[in-house]
Amino acid sequence: MRNLKKWGPPFLLILPSLILIGVFVYGLIIVNFNTSLTDAHTAATSSGNAPTNYTGFSNYVELLSSDAFLFSLRNLLIFTLVFLCGTLLIGFVWAWLLDKPIKGEGIFRSIFLFPMAVSFVASGVVWKWLLSPIEGETATGLNRLFQMVGLDFLQNPWWSDVSVGIVAITIPAIWQLSGYIMALFLAGFRGIPDELREAARVDGASEWQLYKSIIFPQLSPVALSAIIIIGHMSLKSFDLIMSIANQSVYSTKVPAIDMYVFKTTYDYANSAAVGSILLVIVAVLVIPYLIHDTRQRRK
Amino acid sequence: MSTVTKKKTEERFSIGRTIRYVLLLLSVIFIFIPVYVLIVTSFKNGAEANPLHAWYLPESWVLDNWELAWKQLSAPILRTLQMVIPAALISSMLGSINGFVLSRWRFPYANLVFTLLLFGMFIPYQAVMVPLMKLVLGLNLPTGVPTLILIHVVYGIPITTLIFRNYYESVPNELIEAARVDGAGMLRTYWSVVLPISIPSFVVVIIWQFTSAWNDFLFALFFSTPVNGPVTLALNNLANGSILSNYGASMSGALLASLPTLIVYILLGKYFVGGLMSGSVKG
Amino acid sequence: MRRSAIIASAVALSLALVGCSSAGTSESKDAGKDVQVVSWWAQGSEKAGYEALQKIFKEKKKDFNFVDAAVAGGGGSQAKQKLQADLDAGNPPETFQAHAGAELTDYIKAGQIEDVSALYDKFKLREVFPQSLIERLTVDGKIYSIPSNIHRANVLWYNPEVLKSAGIDPKKVPATIDDWIADMEKVKAAGKVPLTLGMNWTQTQLLETILIADLGAEGYNGLWDGKTDWAGAEVTKALKHFQKIVELAQTDSSADWEPTLNFVMDGKAAYNVMGDWAIAAFTAAKKEMDKDWMWAPVPGTQDVFDFLADSFTLPKGAKNPEGAKAWLEVIGSADGQAQFNLIKGSIPARTDVDTTKFPEYQQKAMEDFKSKTVVSSLAHGAAAPLAVSSAINDAVVKFTQGQGKDVEGLQKDLVNATKSLKK
Repeated sequence: MRNLKKWGPPFLLILPSLILIGVFVYGLIIVNFNTSLTDAHTAATSSGNAPTNYTGFSNYVELLSSDAFLFSLRNLLIFTLVFLCGTLLIGFVWAWLLDKPIKGEGIFRSIFLFPMAVSFVASGVVWKWLLSPIEGETATGLNRLFQMVGLDFLQNPWWSDVSVGIVAITIPAIWQLSGYIMALFLAGFRGIPDELREAARVDGASEWQLYKSIIFPQLSPVALSAIIIIGHMSLKSFDLIMSIANQSVYSTKVPAIDMYVFKTTYDYANSAAVGSILLVIVAVLVIPYLIHDTRQRRK
Repeated sequence: MSTVTKKKTEERFSIGRTIRYVLLLLSVIFIFIPVYVLIVTSFKNGAEANPLHAWYLPESWVLDNWELAWKQLSAPILRTLQMVIPAALISSMLGSINGFVLSRWRFPYANLVFTLLLFGMFIPYQAVMVPLMKLVLGLNLPTGVPTLILIHVVYGIPITTLIFRNYYESVPNELIEAARVDGAGMLRTYWSVVLPISIPSFVVVIIWQFTSAWNDFLFALFFSTPVNGPVTLALNNLANGSILSNYGASMSGALLASLPTLIVYILLGKYFVGGLMSGSVKG
Repeated sequence: MRRSAIIASAVALSLALVGCSSAGTSESKDAGKDVQVVSWWAQGSEKAGYEALQKIFKEKKKDFNFVDAAVAGGGGSQAKQKLQADLDAGNPPETFQAHAGAELTDYIKAGQIEDVSALYDKFKLREVFPQSLIERLTVDGKIYSIPSNIHRANVLWYNPEVLKSAGIDPKKVPATIDDWIADMEKVKAAGKVPLTLGMNWTQTQLLETILIADLGAEGYNGLWDGKTDWAGAEVTKALKHFQKIVELAQTDSSADWEPTLNFVMDGKAAYNVMGDWAIAAFTAAKKEMDKDWMWAPVPGTQDVFDFLADSFTLPKGAKNPEGAKAWLEVIGSADGQAQFNLIKGSIPARTDVDTTKFPEYQQKAMEDFKSKTVVSSLAHGAAAPLAVSSAINDAVVKFTQGQGKDVEGLQKDLVNATKSLKK
């Protein structure tokens, strides 16, 4: 009874959020998982006009053994890795450049942050032009620019290349989010007390040692949250691919696109199965982070 | 005196400094390549506004595209403001309360509850769209702005809770304990101690929610129509018309639709970094 | 205290905004009168034609309130996604645009649209639509939509100047695919782009015209009812033709049809295969027929009219079925069909529309629609259900992105994609 009095009010305060998330997230995840176990593959069954049967995990087995879906997973992996490394690297360099006092810091910071303000629907309009895969006389976009400045050898089919085309899609993604990562790192840099740096310098530490033993460890939690944010964005990178290539382009297929295509063609069961697979991937990525996070806080 | 000046000049011309400026300028070019194309194309007339002429300045600068884009987008932009401002404010309030409770007024299993809330960030929206639509239909909300506010508030809970909780974790214990010793209840403590020091995180969360709701297309597509929907939907109709795309107008539309978020970033960018600094990054 | 004032005003502001925004959405609604029409006609001549229809509707059906719910993008795919979710969630619009023919079978099987045969009698449409069209629209004795317009998909557009510069007489249209390929090789030798290709469905559309040329109308029709074997040698032959053409083509799998046609307009490319909505693009660019551009049926398909039609439906459970019927009446009316098609560049489904007002191409198309063998277009939903055409689109893009090397793989993918048709 005393416990109830003690814990009741805080629990009541977050109850609305809990209920909303319970219904809108977990309720839907359950519905989704349920659909993924059925044979709702056609218009009649998906809309509920014809009965569906449970088929166990057969949709998962079929998906994970199909070349097309494995290709999507491969693309997702490449996309995530390049996207992560690109934003972390550029974001870090920008933060490092702006950390030391420099003229026009505010302007540079605003410029680097600016792409974040633009939606993919808007930036997709222009990236579609820039990444046009046509080369040679009728080339447009960046390929054209390369010709104009005499760098013809840089011309390439961008996203249209079957083996590495997915990398081209990361360019706009990196363009868009490096600024955010910069802001995170900049905040991280600024969070390191000057005394710490000074103390290290007084001890005669070289610049590299300073970074290795003081700055990088201080930045690692920042990097970790950056990885989580970019990682989850990359899993959902959908608008971007849709607006630059489109849902049927083979070289840029990722699971989020498969999910959309299955949905469009009334194959709700497979769409749901892809959704569940994505959730599992997310869980694998996020749960270690959450455990790590909780442990850190206990300390 | 003279040595100080000398040191300063040395610094000004030092190699490290030059390299830094070169790198910064290259980055600025990287950022501005798409912006350049957007801007010059938005001022070109129909025949010039085509990909083959993308890199050239307009031969004649025209405003027709901007007029057309404004005609088609002004009403949706207003609707988007009506949607985004309440959505950002409500979800940051919710996030603040959740973050406070989960970090400072813990109850048993608070960590588990936090984890469950956080995991909501990762739900694959496309796969659950049909049940979600049924759910929202059942609530009988008018479609368009009110529905979208609800959606953005609900799916904003995880990230806003995360940011506020991380922030409150960094607040010194003594502050809150002092209030408790004074006999202040939970709400009093929140109201008089926690809320006043939360401004930096509010800035971060409001900017984040404002941007993501402003730029959302998926929910806009499913929960509104062009008549009552936000600007991304209208921009999509302008930019991806299935016949005779008007490139000039789509580019001015893209710029127009980005202006409000851009203004927010320019005005609040400094506080954004400051807010991130004050604890939210220690994730 | 200042703090609480700020917060209180923020809350008040947000509540006020919620309040006025919900007021904004509810004010214009006299919900019982609304007729929400979903289409993907959001820009250009389609939009202009659509607006003409709306005008007629507003004049003739004053009891109702037209609500435009057009969503553009992705060749109608986003509009369809949203529509499908709405239908499944039990929130249908009053009426929606759909390709006539096989693509409707999904909605029929899902039990989402009504039989409108009674409306055909009521509006006296059976007498004015050609018999062949009615047959194509009828499923198990029922008709589920009213067509607004008809397009031809097997049209070859070309730039006579480019052909002349390659030493080809533009008036002498190649009679077979092989002749056409020979001409394209000449164009390539002259340093111009022989053919341009765009996104998925434009590639499928090219493939379907080659299939018609190589298999004949009957063989092509057999592909959709199981009489022609997708794994057969005739299909292989067509795919090899397709391979050669893809090799010669300049492909951008993200480009919509219009940018690819621009290359022909600008004199950078010789040919483009596109439906006859291409006319609207030529007209908008002020290009003249026979001078700046010419057209012919795709070689080998001279006697065929590869047809597609847009049509409107009556969804089950629509809130305002009377309003929907009023819209359908306008769609089927002589006035509606004449005005819409005149602007959109397509031809009316009705045979009693005065043809003399239409431009030269459209007059010829109306004549051809009556006299040629009519087959259903795959790329535009007339020949096969969405699941099949979408799988074929994917297979074709996979093939063209692989530089068109793997004909065997393509045929295998096509066989797989069309499996469900045999049942």
